Amino acid sequence: MSGIAGKAVGQKQEKGLKGIRDTGLEEARLHAFLAHAWQTPKGLYGWLVTVDHKLIGRRYMVTAFLFLVLAGLSALAMRFQLATPEAGHIGPDFYNQLFTMHGTTMMFLFAVPIMEAFAIYLVPLMIGTRNVAFPRLNAFSYWVYLSGGLMIWIAFAFDTGADAGWFSYVPVAGPEYGIGKRPDFWAQMVTYTEVSALAVAVEIIATVFKQRAPGMTLDRIPLYVWSVLIMAFVILFAMPAVMVSSTMLILDRLVGTKFFDPAAGGDVLLWQHLFWFFGHPEVYIIFIPATGFVSAILPTFVRRPVFGYLGIVLSLIAIGLLSFGLWVHHMFATGLPQLGESFFTASSMMIAIPSGIQIFCWIAAIWGGRPIFATPMLFVLGFIFTFVIGGLTGVMVASVPLDLQVHDTYFVVAHLHYVLIGGAVFPLLGAVYYWFPKITGRMLSERLGRWNFWLVFIGFNLTFFPMHILGLQGMPRRVYTYPPASGWGEMNLFVSVSSLVVFAGFALFFLNVLLSLRGGSIAGDNPWGASTLEWATTSPPPSYDFSRLPVVRHREPLWDEPDTLPVVEGLRVDAREVLASTVADAVPQLRQPSAGNSIWPLLSAIAVGGAFLGSIYTPWAVVWGAIPVSISFICWFWPKGEPEDEE
Amino acid sequence: MRHRPVADVSHLPTYDFGAASPMWWGTLAFIALEATGFALAIGTYFYLAVLAKHWPIGAPAPDLLPGTTILIMLLASVVPNHLVELWARRQDLTKVRIGIVIMSIAGILPLIVRIWEFPALRISWDQNAYGSIVWFLLGLHTSHLLTDVMDTIVLAVLMFTQKGKAGRRLSDVSDNAFYWDFVVVSWVVLYLIIYWVPRI
Amino acid sequence: MVTMAMALFHRRRARAGHPPLRIDNHRERRFGRAVVGATASTVLILAALTLTSFFAGRSVASLSGTATLTVRITGHQWWWEIRYPGDNPSRMIVTANEIHVPVGEPVKIKLDSPDVIHSFWVPALGGKRDLIPGRPSELTLIADKPGVYRGQCAEFCGYQHAHMAITVIAESREAFDMWRSRQDAAAAAPVGDEERRGQQAFLSTGCALCHTVRGTPANGTIGPDLTHLASRRALAADTLAMTPGALAAWIADPQSTKPGAKMPRVALSADDLNAVATYLGSLE
Repeated sequence: MSGIAGKAVGQKQEKGLKGIRDTGLEEARLHAFLAHAWQTPKGLYGWLVTVDHKLIGRRYMVTAFLFLVLAGLSALAMRFQLATPEAGHIGPDFYNQLFTMHGTTMMFLFAVPIMEAFAIYLVPLMIGTRNVAFPRLNAFSYWVYLSGGLMIWIAFAFDTGADAGWFSYVPVAGPEYGIGKRPDFWAQMVTYTEVSALAVAVEIIATVFKQRAPGMTLDRIPLYVWSVLIMAFVILFAMPAVMVSSTMLILDRLVGTKFFDPAAGGDVLLWQHLFWFFGHPEVYIIFIPATGFVSAILPTFVRRPVFGYLGIVLSLIAIGLLSFGLWVHHMFATGLPQLGESFFTASSMMIAIPSGIQIFCWIAAIWGGRPIFATPMLFVLGFIFTFVIGGLTGVMVASVPLDLQVHDTYFVVAHLHYVLIGGAVFPLLGAVYYWFPKITGRMLSERLGRWNFWLVFIGFNLTFFPMHILGLQGMPRRVYTYPPASGWGEMNLFVSVSSLVVFAGFALFFLNVLLSLRGGSIAGDNPWGASTLEWATTSPPPSYDFSRLPVVRHREPLWDEPDTLPVVEGLRVDAREVLASTVADAVPQLRQPSAGNSIWPLLSAIAVGGAFLGSIYTPWAVVWGAIPVSISFICWFWPKGEPEDEE
Repeated sequence: MRHRPVADVSHLPTYDFGAASPMWWGTLAFIALEATGFALAIGTYFYLAVLAKHWPIGAPAPDLLPGTTILIMLLASVVPNHLVELWARRQDLTKVRIGIVIMSIAGILPLIVRIWEFPALRISWDQNAYGSIVWFLLGLHTSHLLTDVMDTIVLAVLMFTQKGKAGRRLSDVSDNAFYWDFVVVSWVVLYLIIYWVPRI
Repeated sequence: MVTMAMALFHRRRARAGHPPLRIDNHRERRFGRAVVGATASTVLILAALTLTSFFAGRSVASLSGTATLTVRITGHQWWWEIRYPGDNPSRMIVTANEIHVPVGEPVKIKLDSPDVIHSFWVPALGGKRDLIPGRPSELTLIADKPGVYRGQCAEFCGYQHAHMAITVIAESREAFDMWRSRQDAAAAAPVGDEERRGQQAFLSTGCALCHTVRGTPANGTIGPDLTHLASRRALAADTLAMTPGALAAWIADPQSTKPGAKMPRVALSADDLNAVATYLGSLE
């Protein structure tokens, strides 16, 4: 520090201000100071202690995609078994683990984390700040997520993979019928990933509320950031439900509580209520940010702002709220009072309205713009097409009489994959093509991208459309085989073969990423001519994101003023500082110090992880585990004489 | 891209209290998610109570003494809690030091009484669903109480070191006071449910 | 979707980095009206669907109350226990995995489960209903045409969820009454030597601990009632067809056909095995 500080002597600085400020500092020195203040140490140690939201976001992305590969491979294995009736490749014991791991991994370890990953990476860049509000909490959340994912897959490798479905209904997962320690690993993995998701939700809310660039009033927040903010709120109110229920499950299994035991006053449906109170919003936790991707990508490729900004924001809020009124539609077959059922039918239908408004707004934007058919745009169009079909079948399953017929059949398997792959994975792939240049500094190959899109799109429809028909013909879900006499054989074979096309599409995607990392053409700051702030900095962005923090005066700042960026001056450059502003009008309030690198988030995650893991075997692990957990948290928060403490 | 300075923020403070600070919003978000957890656990309590033919199942209503004692202690602690917050905002370090020591004690006392509160439920967690849910509610509250008391003690120690002098730490004290209010309010609700619902 | 295709192709294309378009306020207002119109029609369509769904649900619900026959179904891992309550408790028929019902008559089905959640579902006869431990439920079902309808457990219930099928046989009232009176009788006494040897082995090797054959000392209740086993169309919840070979193979090694099933492999000599299969095959 002293070396650089020495150079600053003689710099024209106003008297009475602590630290070195960026006011009037020439570019080269500004960068040198900031690079030093915001650096991540080199090597393994740096990798373990970093709190840079970009490094952590990238790490989240890579990890989530690895889990996608694992879950995808388990899907392929299932399709291999289901290709022919009464096939003997995979027995029920392994098959049940496979479909449980597939669903669990896709929902908890891929879909939600990948959405968080993009949020962690993009939100600070899009709102013009330098890091999330709680950088160490962010690092902690990654380590907790990683340990949860590793734990359940290592357990799977030792034949202790969860096998009661991603929803783990009791009593199949309960103390009497759950097999070995399998449901315990499931329950604790869920707890880990919920802890990490809740941490991310808290920091996203605080970041978006308090760290927006001066002038980024509520009606100038990019739609993607709105969507992420609403996702964070849905996480905040939905995830506690599954933490409560998975804790009750593990207590039932470990210390003999009776929450789900009907013989002792408990109830098995209690689990379903709690689980789906979380489980249905979960779908929207995945879907809402995916629509945010669409609203971010679309304007760039039709060369005009999205139509109906306010309409889209209100739709997102409506979806977030309504998502809590839907859970019972997973339970129509349990026999609830008819009035209650009607209420949930109505709310399930109602959620189609805000989704529809968004789609109409996007179509209007396409109509009024000039579309450019680059790969990100192809995925967006593929999304709109697929999502309309998924939405239609969704309206079908919202109706009680229809649902009673298709519930728990392949029709629902088809529906949910249309919604989740069509509704979330297509925009996600589009997002990867769109932001890859920002993240790596290089473009993905457009040629491979087109192949990638068409293979995935066609393969996806060939794989999942026939499942609607299989479901209507009566094929139930979660069966490891089916009788030859059922007549489902040919279509299942067709589905299995088609799934190879999807697989090839994804293989091409990963190939494209690997090739382009090295050989992609150099992107430049703003290769797509986009309008939001993340394109105002270099690709990849420096550790401090922006050398001077931007000021926003327009909803599309870079289209309003393409060549110059209005910025603020007066922040310290010798310490990590960001701006905190007011919640509604984004008027600067504080020069907020931002936490630096620390090993303690990792050690805390290890301590927390150890306590959770131990609790699978003995309740005392929680008691003894509390000691290292407390120590590591205290060390985490104990101030270590950072420069900002001087003030 | 060329930069064009349009505003000067060099004179802004580096910390403030309440809604101005991101940490306050973080605390609020944590309170919101924990309150959701409490609400769901309370929902479970009533769900099970409605299902059961008799409530409480196979046990007398819990003994009032320890729970009521804790209620009184927590309600009484609200006064020093708000004084500490006030002193922290006024940046009066001496008074904050006294106040936070009082708050540490005010946190430890109910924790000690709680040792007698679990047996006062007069049912074990593994007897039936009623036992499970009351232990769960009480356990949930105890973990919040414990966390906040530890946080208070750490802050108290910090206040007596050199590092406590930084103004930002006083902002932490004020956020901690905010969280303590949540611990108190949640106990008022849980107390009514655990002790008085079985009596109606 | 058509609109979208039109939107895509009626526009001139641009290139990346092309300067953003100017917004024409007049056109924007037109778009606004189009979006509002589309939204309004969505609302109307959804409201209509909701009402339809509500009335369809009501008509399904109003079926109950007129049933002429009651059948109790208990879901087990992984088979269906079926009871027809008689005029007095001793005349209750107990069978498994196969329901006979008279055509055109509403049948009340009472459902419960002692172990995990199962779901009763015969696609051709209508919706499904879960069998939930601690929460007995019921539904009413009518088969309008005679026939054999296959159903299957629709709620994941463990290892052999895939092999937990149920058959509904809808037949004329006369055929149904005949079936019922045959089921009412105790098991046929063994006639030949082979059958007698089979019964002996059946009673002495542990089969009887789990299975009941009315009219013999076998009165286990863990597995299906076998009193009229051979009158049923399939074995092990429609895992195998009811043939002598399949029966012998099933007894010889249930775990290879239906891994995880609760029926253990019982050590029997080859002769005993054949005899037991012959005996059970005679229980019509």
